[in-house]
Amino acid sequence: MNYAKGFRDGIPIGLGYLSVSFTFGMMAARSGLTIAQAVFISMTNVTSAGQLAGLNLIAAGSPMLEVALTQFIINLRYALMSLSLSQKLDGGMTTLHRMLFAFCNTDEVFAVASGQKGAVGRRYLYGLITAPYFGWALGTLLGAAAGTLLPAMVRDALGVAIYAMFIAIVIPPSKHNGAVRLAVILAAALSCAMFYLPALNRISGGFAIIICAVAVSALCAKLFPIPEDAGEEGGAA
Amino acid sequence: MNWQYFLPYVLVMAVVTYLIRMLPLAAFRRRINSRFIRSFLYYVPYAVLSAMTFPAILYATGSLPSACAALAIALVLAWLEKSLLTVAIAASAAALIVQAAISMI
Repeated sequence: MNYAKGFRDGIPIGLGYLSVSFTFGMMAARSGLTIAQAVFISMTNVTSAGQLAGLNLIAAGSPMLEVALTQFIINLRYALMSLSLSQKLDGGMTTLHRMLFAFCNTDEVFAVASGQKGAVGRRYLYGLITAPYFGWALGTLLGAAAGTLLPAMVRDALGVAIYAMFIAIVIPPSKHNGAVRLAVILAAALSCAMFYLPALNRISGGFAIIICAVAVSALCAKLFPIPEDAGEEGGAA
Repeated sequence: MNWQYFLPYVLVMAVVTYLIRMLPLAAFRRRINSRFIRSFLYYVPYAVLSAMTFPAILYATGSLPSACAALAIALVLAWLEKSLLTVAIAASAAALIVQAAISMI
């Protein structure tokens, strides 16, 4: 469980991030951000859904509180992942190392780290986050710089990549778990309702996502509480 | 974009995101006992990603037919449990092909 093993395990994640962050970089450039600003967001936030939502809110000139709350709700899933992973770290992961590693604990990094047999150590974890972190930054750079060089048709088509990735995260668990399926369908339905229905569509995008997430998760938690011994592995893969 | 406008937003985003990731990992080493809270947290990622995707995906490609093609391909490949990369690239390709076909008509 050394750095090299972690680095190797992180390469597929890094390649995946390269393509998704390319899309993000392109969207950032389209929203009026400079190349440096796009890369700066990616290197300080390291989160696809949060950055995308944040970009829309910044472009819309939303209040700071709404931005903070939106990030809180959208990224709340990381709290669960960090909580779960905290049970799996070896003694070498002192508080300082936990604080450093936490910066890059993304959905996919969490999924791979959780999948390891036994406790994981800091060398492995630092190896694991290397390729994803730089892949995320590099993809953003390329997307923001070269996105505008691509034909408009290709650029438009790439705009869907990040949403396709979200679908690829939520569908496989929905296939195997009826309660997750219900959460996904209800959240989609509620989100559409808040987008299309007259009075509801006055609510801004960030708050709409918060309301959908909280209402649907609370309802599903009430109706289908997870088994007492499970849930530690929860969170998107 | 003006850095004076941009920087406070991004720093707020970064700090909120980092604290969410860091606090449970560094400070909280015990298990959450509330079954409701653990269940709630379990469903949050799925609800968030689904709400972010719908209906936004329909407007992500510039035209409704190409977006629908991308959505259909993404749903099918995700159901077949293909990798994130495969699903993302295939959906983009589907949108491109449909858009190209439309522009030729």
